[in-house]
Amino acid sequence: MKPFDYVRAGSAQEAVRAGAEGRFLGGGTNLVDLMKLEIERPDKLVDVSRLATEEIEDGDDGLLVGAGVSNSALAGHPLVRERYPLLSTALLSGATQQLRNKATVGGNFLQRTRCQYFYDVFRACNKREPGSGCDALDGINRFHAILGASEHCIAVHPSDMAVAMAALDATVETLKPDGSTRSIPARSLHRLPGDTPHIDHVLEAGELITHVVLPASPPKRQLYRKVRDRSSYAFAVVSIALALDLQDGRLANVSIALGGVAHKPWRAERAEGILEDSRPDAELFANAADAELAHAVGHGHNDFKIDLSRRLIVAALRDLSESKREIAA
Amino acid sequence: MNQQDSRKWIGQPLDRVDGPAKVTGQATYAADYRGNSPAAIGFIVEAGIGKGRIVSIDTRAAEASDGVLLVLTHQNAPEQAPFGSHDDAGRFGQSHAVLENENVKYHGAPVAFVVAETLEQARHAAHLVSVRYDQQPGVFDAEAHEDKATKPDSLDGADQADKEVGHFEPAFEKSAVTVEAEYHTPSQHASAMEPHATVAEWSDGKLTVHMAVQIIADARKGFANTLKIEPGDVRIVSPFIGGGFGSKLGIHNEAILAALAARELDRPVRVAQTRRNLFANGPHRTAHRHRLKLGADADGRLQAVSHDSLAVMSRGYPFAEAAGGLTQSSYAAEAIRMSHRIVEANVPKVDSMRAPGEAIGTLVFESAIDELAERCGIDPIEFRLLNEPETEPGSGKSFSTRPLARCLREGAAKFGWQSGVVRPGMKRDGRWLIGHGVAAAIRPNNIEPAGAEASLARDGRLTLSLDMTDIGTGTYTILGQIAAETLGMDTGAVEVRLGDSDFVETCGSGGSFGAGSTGTAVQQACDSIRTDILARAARIDPDWSGVNSADLTIDGDRVSVGDRSLALGDILDAVGGEAFRAKSHIKPGDAHKTMAQYSYGALFAEVGVDADTAEIRLRRLLGVFDAGRILNHKTAHSQLMGGMIFGIGAGLLEESLMDMRYGAFMNRDLAEYHIAVNRDVPRLEVHMLEGFDEHSNPLGSKGIGELGICGTGPAIANAVYDATGHRARKFPIHIEDVLPAVARLTKGNAASR
Repeated sequence: MKPFDYVRAGSAQEAVRAGAEGRFLGGGTNLVDLMKLEIERPDKLVDVSRLATEEIEDGDDGLLVGAGVSNSALAGHPLVRERYPLLSTALLSGATQQLRNKATVGGNFLQRTRCQYFYDVFRACNKREPGSGCDALDGINRFHAILGASEHCIAVHPSDMAVAMAALDATVETLKPDGSTRSIPARSLHRLPGDTPHIDHVLEAGELITHVVLPASPPKRQLYRKVRDRSSYAFAVVSIALALDLQDGRLANVSIALGGVAHKPWRAERAEGILEDSRPDAELFANAADAELAHAVGHGHNDFKIDLSRRLIVAALRDLSESKREIAA
Repeated sequence: MNQQDSRKWIGQPLDRVDGPAKVTGQATYAADYRGNSPAAIGFIVEAGIGKGRIVSIDTRAAEASDGVLLVLTHQNAPEQAPFGSHDDAGRFGQSHAVLENENVKYHGAPVAFVVAETLEQARHAAHLVSVRYDQQPGVFDAEAHEDKATKPDSLDGADQADKEVGHFEPAFEKSAVTVEAEYHTPSQHASAMEPHATVAEWSDGKLTVHMAVQIIADARKGFANTLKIEPGDVRIVSPFIGGGFGSKLGIHNEAILAALAARELDRPVRVAQTRRNLFANGPHRTAHRHRLKLGADADGRLQAVSHDSLAVMSRGYPFAEAAGGLTQSSYAAEAIRMSHRIVEANVPKVDSMRAPGEAIGTLVFESAIDELAERCGIDPIEFRLLNEPETEPGSGKSFSTRPLARCLREGAAKFGWQSGVVRPGMKRDGRWLIGHGVAAAIRPNNIEPAGAEASLARDGRLTLSLDMTDIGTGTYTILGQIAAETLGMDTGAVEVRLGDSDFVETCGSGGSFGAGSTGTAVQQACDSIRTDILARAARIDPDWSGVNSADLTIDGDRVSVGDRSLALGDILDAVGGEAFRAKSHIKPGDAHKTMAQYSYGALFAEVGVDADTAEIRLRRLLGVFDAGRILNHKTAHSQLMGGMIFGIGAGLLEESLMDMRYGAFMNRDLAEYHIAVNRDVPRLEVHMLEGFDEHSNPLGSKGIGELGICGTGPAIANAVYDATGHRARKFPIHIEDVLPAVARLTKGNAASR
């Protein structure tokens, strides 16, 4: 671990003023590991874990969640369990209880890929070292992207929570070093790799996530399903966050986000477009899934994820449209 | 019940005596050791290539970094005996030299070793060491270099690498029903909770090492041979070990590096390997290709069995796993053949891990047997019973005991096995495809030479001292039980001291031979004390002549036989001496040469396979085992349960993935290397048959530690077949392997097309 300066921010304003040349430290469950390996080598850590951002408040605009809220606290919050059950499920399907107790909402969004070539400093990785190449392309790539990847990077974003947030159309609220704020749709927070895969997200240097806002009236049918090799403490092979309403026998407000398939939580817009305002049936589900995956590309070990994703989309749509359960209005 | 009967300690499900210390953090593992002076901390700099030469190495930045005390490289490393020297020392006792020269033998091998005041300083300085390499093409993969394959000089767990009993080819040719299949089993790492750790300190030319190691006497030789000092000048202390699974049988890079640096600095040096380090600087089980051919007649009687295995061997480190060894003793057949081939490769040490031979052998062989039973149209249990041998097929030797059939029958009854030919895809539970599978477990019983020393003080407290280790298996506890029963005393009056090379030499822990071997040595030492007490007592009081030593009891500081009673102190005062002392030494008897000795089990698994996603989840696991006499029903139960849980990993989870372009293991942490977690372990039942093998050892026990993993993986694989129709050809079984079969079964569902 490279020696670094450490400051504990007393306020968000103080944090962003100090943060431009450093990195923010939340739960540290990913950043500290990467610093030990010197994959992350910040000159300065700005500890934001003591900021007063641990509140969860219900308001007219929705549920305001502080960036410092732990993954466990968010998953277990009565309003989250009641109104955003897919988020609760997604959070609980990630990591372990110990990690969830420590990991924060803001940090979960900003965790880095688990690509094994990113972790091995002797291997080529454009995300770790721009211009060095991508050893995953012809390497061990079972966990890698099938959608939206580039010849420069096929890494996937590992978060479950971010997939749920994208499907729920949550908004990420930030504070910039100049004191201005902005609202970023969760679905647009992360980027596709293109030729700059070292940039994971759209945040600027020193820009701090302060809150997340969950919409007041999410769709009433929600589901998060994670396909994984091990039944706990495993990253998604593929996951799906699905939310929709059934109105007069037709699908409405359909929102699908896939995890484990791309450099970002993947909103399945093509599928959503086909499903919206249609009557649910098996043929429709299959068509929607096929349309979404029409441009999916495998890289060898992960070829199966295309068919697996298709099956998962269809199964999730089937189960949710047949379900008797809706959240209370 | 008389007092002696109440002291039948052997078999009692006593709690582990080391348990309270462990759960309260009082047990001092190697890296917890704090000596008189503060230790400096070492950190390994790993090679970034799989094979080649170091062209230059720049340590200036590291040396200038805060707190750094020493940077060792091949340019300044002290002289050591060449790696592997003393051919006759065995692989644990041979030289384990590090930083020998500019050549890189495998990816992740140490190229430098940084020692600093703190871990953080050492770790950061390690990143400042800059190395330039001349990279050369390496050999990492046995199959790609099969043309270089040779027969290994020796095989771990079998007498010969190649063997043929009867004539295989004609027997296979005439078989009415055959299975011919190629299987792959993966590389694996033991992944013990405690990483390999060493604290080395020197005093007056003598080395003391606190470390985690399974066999202390061999480790002592390894240090002595590497550092060119006398074994008597090395003391090893290893009282607690946080899991070994074979990976701590010998010593590894961190241990020698710590010893070298401690001598250079004249200061204790502590090194704990990181989890990532372990994937190169600890040993591993290597990947195997297995080719199996099985033939049966139309009635389902096995005619021909062959198992050919291919794997890499780490260059200069002689170890090859007897993957095909169990074909010699599993089932009767007219002809049995096995062969083992190895390719010397630029890979980290390949060594024993969790039931070497049988763990991967049963995985593929018991899968193939299931397939053959199906093709013969016979229930898989019936098929096994039909082919039960009278004597060991590969050797003609009598079995000491052969309770496999009983394990299978009792297991079938307890599990609720529905007899019949396997018909895949017939059982459903909601969205789950359900399958049942069975497999046999078999594991050789070994005895190794071992000593023990016992001392009974005048206050009635017994102390056992031996260099045996407890790797979390319960050794402290069972040795105390054996001693207390032998001397008719309370287990609370026995102190068991282990894990120190100052104590009498034993076999250590490994190969499931520890309990039987050292347990027998302890029993004999205690028996000698018992005889000694009676002989001395008879000199004081003739009434003690000719009494039966088995009736002797010790209560507090008094010894009694029937209504005779004497204070131990009075005996010692009368005849002289401070304590009753005895040493013993045992070695394998003739029965280990003349008879075939194995532990057995039958494993039953129920899996569910998700009809949408092909995720495989275990729902039930049940094992019935026979390991002779059980020394402690609680620790034995835990041993078997742990083995079965590792068997879940063998079937479904554990694999170390090597990028064959570089010879580098890639999934080097426990988030990516999947051991079964609690949620992967369903209802798990362990049943032990009451047994006593009169040929195994005087205790009647047999090895149990590695039995549970044998048979569990194939029972799961056979259950996956029953659920989906997918016959596993490579392990662990993944979603993508079963997805096509699941898609076929669910055709017509929306999810499949």
